[in-house]
Amino acid sequence: MSEEPKTPGTSRRAFLRGSALAAGALAAGRASAAGPDPLITEVQPWAQVFGDGVDATPYGMPIRFEDHVVRRNVEWLTADVTSSINFTPIHALEGTITPQGCAFERHHSGAIEMSKQDYRLMINGLVDQPLVFTYADLERFPRTVQTNFCECAANSGMEWGGAQLQGAQFTHGMIHNMEYTGVSLRTLLDEAGVQPEGTWVYIEGADASSNGRSIPIQKALDDVLVAFFANGEALRKEHGYPVRLVVPGWEGNLWVKWLRRIEVTNGPVEAREETSKYTDLMPDGRARKWTWEMDAKSVITSPSPQAPWRQGPGPMVITGLAWTGRGKITRVDVSLDGGKSWQEARLASEPQSMALTRFHFDHVWDGSEMLLQSRAIDETGYVQPTKDELREIRGLNSVYHNNGIQTWWVKPDGEAENVEVS
Amino acid sequence: MSKYRDLLIGAAILSALAAPAMAEKLGIGRPALPEEIAAWDVNVMPDGEGLPQGAMSVEDGEQVFVDNCAACHGDFAEGLDNWPPLAGGRGTLTDTRPVKTVGSYWPYLSTVWDYVHRSMPYGNAQSLTPDEVYGITAYILYSEGLVDYDFVLSKENFTEVRLPNEDGFYVDDRVEAEFPTFQREACMAGCKDAVEITRKASDLAVTPTNDAGKPEGTIPDFTTAAAGGAEAEPAVATEDDSAAATPASTGPDPELIAAGEQAFRQCQTCHDVGDGARNKTGPHLNELFGRLAGSLDGFRYSRQFVAAGEEGLVWTEETLHDFLMQPRDYIKGTRMSFRGFRDDADIAAVTAYLQTYTE
Repeated sequence: MSEEPKTPGTSRRAFLRGSALAAGALAAGRASAAGPDPLITEVQPWAQVFGDGVDATPYGMPIRFEDHVVRRNVEWLTADVTSSINFTPIHALEGTITPQGCAFERHHSGAIEMSKQDYRLMINGLVDQPLVFTYADLERFPRTVQTNFCECAANSGMEWGGAQLQGAQFTHGMIHNMEYTGVSLRTLLDEAGVQPEGTWVYIEGADASSNGRSIPIQKALDDVLVAFFANGEALRKEHGYPVRLVVPGWEGNLWVKWLRRIEVTNGPVEAREETSKYTDLMPDGRARKWTWEMDAKSVITSPSPQAPWRQGPGPMVITGLAWTGRGKITRVDVSLDGGKSWQEARLASEPQSMALTRFHFDHVWDGSEMLLQSRAIDETGYVQPTKDELREIRGLNSVYHNNGIQTWWVKPDGEAENVEVS
Repeated sequence: MSKYRDLLIGAAILSALAAPAMAEKLGIGRPALPEEIAAWDVNVMPDGEGLPQGAMSVEDGEQVFVDNCAACHGDFAEGLDNWPPLAGGRGTLTDTRPVKTVGSYWPYLSTVWDYVHRSMPYGNAQSLTPDEVYGITAYILYSEGLVDYDFVLSKENFTEVRLPNEDGFYVDDRVEAEFPTFQREACMAGCKDAVEITRKASDLAVTPTNDAGKPEGTIPDFTTAAAGGAEAEPAVATEDDSAAATPASTGPDPELIAAGEQAFRQCQTCHDVGDGARNKTGPHLNELFGRLAGSLDGFRYSRQFVAAGEEGLVWTEETLHDFLMQPRDYIKGTRMSFRGFRDDADIAAVTAYLQTYTE
């Protein structure tokens, strides 16, 4: 995006003003050269001999210095890795697109290996003509491209009882954001001909869990995508190769992988994943169901517990991600003092609907401790609430949809900790 | 749902710009055959639509449950280790630790039948007959005290059974209940007088940590010393380690071991093997060959398994083969829900694979 940043004024001015004030600290923080740097004055091996030839890695992996940037699991969360989740290393990523190889995984019966040859998609139920498509058939349909975030409803769910996990990866990493190419579900449903009494669709996958979910027909005909490319290449096995559903703005459990069947029905199936799971227990002992939309949310990805600030006082980049399942992010604010005061952050590009928005806040750090927070605002006027405000309404047992404001306590040595504040 | 109307209008305007024009059907795909629909369209609705013929008593269902479900869910549906309990927990939904089970939380019995039929037993889905699914469902109801021991569940009486928490759910009301509070002017200054830290994650210390005691995934410090091109090469060293852990080429057939690793996937939900292997639902399988049956410290075996060990059953290629052919015939009463390999070749492969983890 080449657009001007939406709100460069305030933070840029503050940045320059801060620069002048902190000039002393900056000088102290900058390493003065004790002598000529041998990395510059001596001929280094990489400047002398060959590096790798082409094809050294026919499909490239990140250089070994980045081997910490991987998905990670928290073992005690689940009984077994085949029905479990891991976390995107958002603390170490920038921009908005999540590389497939480190985008979080959630399986209910393990990631299955399904070839394009073996792939079949059925549409049945209340349609004029039940149909079967092969993968090759899907390739004939007109395609659309759209970028969307996929957030597990349980993202930040471990934090309902209080600050628990150290790092944005663990507290907010059940999310990824990819550019998908596929066929709109509407196109496929039109091909089968939805009958007037069809008010819902039931979606299921080809794996042993099948992960069936019910979706109202309005959403199914709106912006849902039957996707087979992500970030320009085929989906990864762990994300549902060869075909998955993309349900913009709605909880990740609906994004059924290894998509095999779409049934038009006249009511919800009330399957396991929409009754015993993915329902939100409230303080009165009753539970909300069909809580599909992901509310506006944001998190500072750096600095954060896994991304300590080691450069010391002086210019500092504070950055993070914001998103909403109800349209576009319009603004993100950052607080350095635990929410006493707020300043507007720069949005890195024009926000897209139901996609991650990157924000930056250029700060000159004086080296004193900070209580960093970010606060997302979306186009409905919704302002991301604090965790305590959510608890006030939802109690501690709702598991899902925790979109409360996150606090990182950045200490003078640049280390950060997950805390909650009054 | 007026927001959908707005969305659809918006989509119509946008479609002129970006979406492909779809004037008529494209004639892609082929009609689904009745047999195909019957094979895949097996979901059951809350009103019982989709249930096949069948029936089973609680008493017979108990045996099916013990054979197929109890290894994870417990003999009394109480849930073992981290696996979910299926019964109990009524009256706990407002507690600090609510127990959400079929009896305490699930709204519809159809969900139980549907899920067990399609996705259970875990690791061997779609292997149960409709009668067996009626039996398991009946036994869960019995465990919850909702039916008597002589009860028989069938397609005919299925919808007569209602779960206690059917009315415990309501449709998402965030827009009405929360938006009036959260759609507001965002405070920019003087938002609160004082800020105190009230909770710290370090007090719990439950985050996975690296060797330095920092959270896993902490970005390494590159701000101080130069990395240098001639530094140790950890990636290569790691490969050497794993190479050392697998047998040399003069040993067993690597293809057989690889096939065994594949076949072992059916086992690994319950059995760990290799570096750091721990007891899970089943005992870990390191140093298996030469091990006395039922002898691993810290694992809770079935009574019958311990007895087999006391009678001198030692795991060898031969005894493992016979066990894996017919586990439940070989050790009657074993908690292992696996029904055995159909193919001798799989057993040979799994054996070769496991042997790589016995010194």
